Amino acid sequence: MGIFSKTDASFREAKGDLVLENVTKRFGDFAAVDDLSLVVPRGSFFALLGPSGCGKTTTLRMVAGLEQPTSGRILIGDTDLTGSRPYQRPVNTVFQSYALFPHLNVRDNVAFGPKRRGVPNAMALADEALKLVEMDHLAARKPALMSGGQQQRVAVARALVNQPEVLLLDEPLGALDLKLRRQMQVELKRIQTDVGLTFIHVTHDQEEAMTMADTVAVMNAGRIEQMGSPARLYDLPSTAFVANFLGQANMLDVTVEGSDGDWLVLKKGPKTLRALKRRAAVQAGRVAYGVRPEKLVLHETEPTDIPRNHNVAGPGTLVDVSFSGVSTQYIVDVPGMATASVFEQNLDVEPVSARPGDQVWLTWDEGHAFVVGGGEHLTDGVVIEDTP
Amino acid sequence: MSALSALGSATAPRPAGDTARAVGGRKITPFLLLLPGVAWLILFFIIPMVQLFTVSLQSNFPGYPGYYYRDVNFGNYWRAWTEFAPHFGRSLLFAGIATFLAFLLAYPLAYAMAFKAGRWRNVMIIAVIAPFFTSFILRTVAWRQILADNGFIASTLNRANLLPGGHITETWVAVVAGLTYNFLPFMVLPIYASLERADARVIEAGGDLYANGFTTFRTVTLPMSMPGVLAGTLLTFIPAAGDYVNAELLGSDKSTKMVGNVIESQFFRVLDGFPTAAALSFTLMAIILALVFVYVRKFGTEDLL
Amino acid sequence: MSTTTTSSGVPVHTIGTATRVRYWLADRFAMISAVLVLLYLFLPVAYTFVFSFNNYTKSNIAWNPEGSPTLKHWLNPCGPPGICTALGNSIKIGLLATIIATVIGTMLAFALVRHRFRGRAAGNMLVFVPMATPEIVLGASLLTIFVQGFSKVGLQLGFWTILIAHVMFCVSFVVVTVKARLQSMDPRLEEAAMDLYADGSTTFRRVTFPLVLPGILSAAMLSFSLSFDDFIITNFVSGDTNTFPKFVYVSYLRGIPAQANVIGFSLFLIAVLLVVGAQVIGSIRAKA
Repeated sequence: MGIFSKTDASFREAKGDLVLENVTKRFGDFAAVDDLSLVVPRGSFFALLGPSGCGKTTTLRMVAGLEQPTSGRILIGDTDLTGSRPYQRPVNTVFQSYALFPHLNVRDNVAFGPKRRGVPNAMALADEALKLVEMDHLAARKPALMSGGQQQRVAVARALVNQPEVLLLDEPLGALDLKLRRQMQVELKRIQTDVGLTFIHVTHDQEEAMTMADTVAVMNAGRIEQMGSPARLYDLPSTAFVANFLGQANMLDVTVEGSDGDWLVLKKGPKTLRALKRRAAVQAGRVAYGVRPEKLVLHETEPTDIPRNHNVAGPGTLVDVSFSGVSTQYIVDVPGMATASVFEQNLDVEPVSARPGDQVWLTWDEGHAFVVGGGEHLTDGVVIEDTP
Repeated sequence: MSALSALGSATAPRPAGDTARAVGGRKITPFLLLLPGVAWLILFFIIPMVQLFTVSLQSNFPGYPGYYYRDVNFGNYWRAWTEFAPHFGRSLLFAGIATFLAFLLAYPLAYAMAFKAGRWRNVMIIAVIAPFFTSFILRTVAWRQILADNGFIASTLNRANLLPGGHITETWVAVVAGLTYNFLPFMVLPIYASLERADARVIEAGGDLYANGFTTFRTVTLPMSMPGVLAGTLLTFIPAAGDYVNAELLGSDKSTKMVGNVIESQFFRVLDGFPTAAALSFTLMAIILALVFVYVRKFGTEDLL
Repeated sequence: MSTTTTSSGVPVHTIGTATRVRYWLADRFAMISAVLVLLYLFLPVAYTFVFSFNNYTKSNIAWNPEGSPTLKHWLNPCGPPGICTALGNSIKIGLLATIIATVIGTMLAFALVRHRFRGRAAGNMLVFVPMATPEIVLGASLLTIFVQGFSKVGLQLGFWTILIAHVMFCVSFVVVTVKARLQSMDPRLEEAAMDLYADGSTTFRRVTFPLVLPGILSAAMLSFSLSFDDFIITNFVSGDTNTFPKFVYVSYLRGIPAQANVIGFSLFLIAVLLVVGAQVIGSIRAKA
């Protein structure tokens, strides 16, 4: 099927890292993707994370060839793919709505790609791919008669069977319920490790990105805010957006007062706070001081022996206690400072003794704090959780 | 949203958003695709309409009955308005009544098909469309026999003294009844199509929020089906207003003639009748378009197609 | 509501029988009226069927108990002169008009849905306006153009003018039907095909066309029924040629032969069987 022109063959032979060079996509005046550059190493699991409308799906579609960049280049290894059509690229997509062909059964769906490429044993390859995703027993069924989770697996098989250089996943787990989503996250990670392909996973679910990916890029308004390993992004965010978007963060509006060796000295009203200079993205003026909720310790009586480099806030009022099995989340209102969120691992089987209304104190290791640009950006990236 | 999408497939998925982007279309493709259809419509719709318009302005060639010369004779329109005003009135009235009756009959049927039919739904769709396959003339003639004086219906009503004139046929009642019957499927299918697309849970929500059966219908179901009602009334009224067969077969020669009958006779039976018939046609079209415009403006701006 | 008491003497309100009946009727109201309307729709069909067995002498208006029911009309369907020629014309025109209208209408639908070009709105209007025009106006305009214009190129009123007219009014309905089907197709499916190495024409052949096909087929069926059953436009442009509906109308004054009933009812039966058959095949395929 299809005549393989020389250009077709050379595109499809492309191997190597995926490189986006100054890629911009404009729709009229609106820049959905703004001067984006990134390198995805071959064989890694890369997550593109961000809120709706940040340009992550547009970026993905440009890699697939379903959109063309307004300017910039897209390369795999040495091959410049910019301007080529989707069917010429060694890239396959798992669509958010699965996009399974309703008039073909599962096996024919999966065999579609190999058949178009003229591969001789397309059906056998399809069966193998279905076995990999554990859908081989449904090979003769039509997609309309299958559940969302089953369709999703078929969509993955349909892309994988072609052994693409880059596999793109566009929020593939969005429509699944929580348990199934967790299961598929583990599955996809396993498949990626087994098969060794480059996976690019687009999602707005930060937990999903962090658990699955080797590298995460947080996107906002068409640009990458920060890129790195999940741990790095989480514990050392470089902007308030990243801090608020990944997990929760307690952020304080403070001003830099001075420095003390390795430490930055900051002030909020009468209160003095410190942070390590190497954990401060901005070191002057009005900034945001952040501490993750699990790094705060709750005390029901005023702490007396405060260790070196720890700080204390309080007394404050306990506003809410939420038990969620693994942990307990407290909301504490400290006047003059903030309403802080505290996570405590439930190490004991005894019920929690603190009650809303109690007077409590918070301590933390100042070495765990981070400083990012503040002021009006303090609440960037705060996500209102959708109930699943 | 049109009736015809109901015929398209009972399993057609819901619209996935607005019209698709051009998928790999080169610049020349759309024009090649458009050419035959547009050419046909221009040659056999636009040009004939323009020609009809010029005919409506033509005048009779004096001394040569049946021949006309090009003119700008608005007298034809004046004649159309004055001499045949009662016919226009009757056409619009009969069509209006028939449309309303068709609505009353069609809605419960469409409602039942959409919500209460279950497995019988496809059977009911076929049942609505099937009578169409017997010729329209045969069905109308059948009504004439059914409503005839010596038939069951007329004689029963006569005996109960409910029939003032003594017969049903040759009255406007028969004509309206025929119009209602003939265009009923055009009313049922669009309403069914838009009810079928409605979310049944919204209607349940009505009940949950203290609306009883009829109130829920009035405030929730009916508004939701408005696009279908709109399409159905148009698909019924427009052909009914221009019909002449029902009046011909079921009506009388004196009191029930509609515009359609006049146009037909002016074309075929009256010498020198072409310009008048053409003027009548355009007047009818203008009236219908005006009514449609006002109606669509009032009841919905949704794309009918 | 009526009040009874439980064994312990506590008054309990229950729904009375009258109310129960009311609720039962209300629940069933839609279904009951639906069945009544369907019966109403079938009444003339039943009448046509019954009178196809009438042993009439002069005209088939009153039931003649002597000798009825008779099969003689059924055994001689082409008896009356011209009836089968008319039927043949109807079928030929129907098939030809369907093929032509479906092809050019589908092309038009694709252009209007899948391509952006200046004048797209005008194109949509051009397709819509014929449907909003009363048949009598369409017939009248075609008559004038055939007589005053095309007659100069030798076109006579007859088979070909009927065909031209039928294609004209069927195209709009084909466009609307196919458009509806096209618009409800997930655009992601074509993207998925291209993502999986199918180029433009392969995507059309393997994905787009199979998915639009049901719409095209029902547009064709609709086209055939509209053409076959058309009377008003046909009457205007047919000259001396007869189609089946025209034959029936013209013979109305002299008396419609019962063979018309026979043919009419048979067509009804064939059409119903075809539609039912298509449904059955469709549902078998869906389960496969």
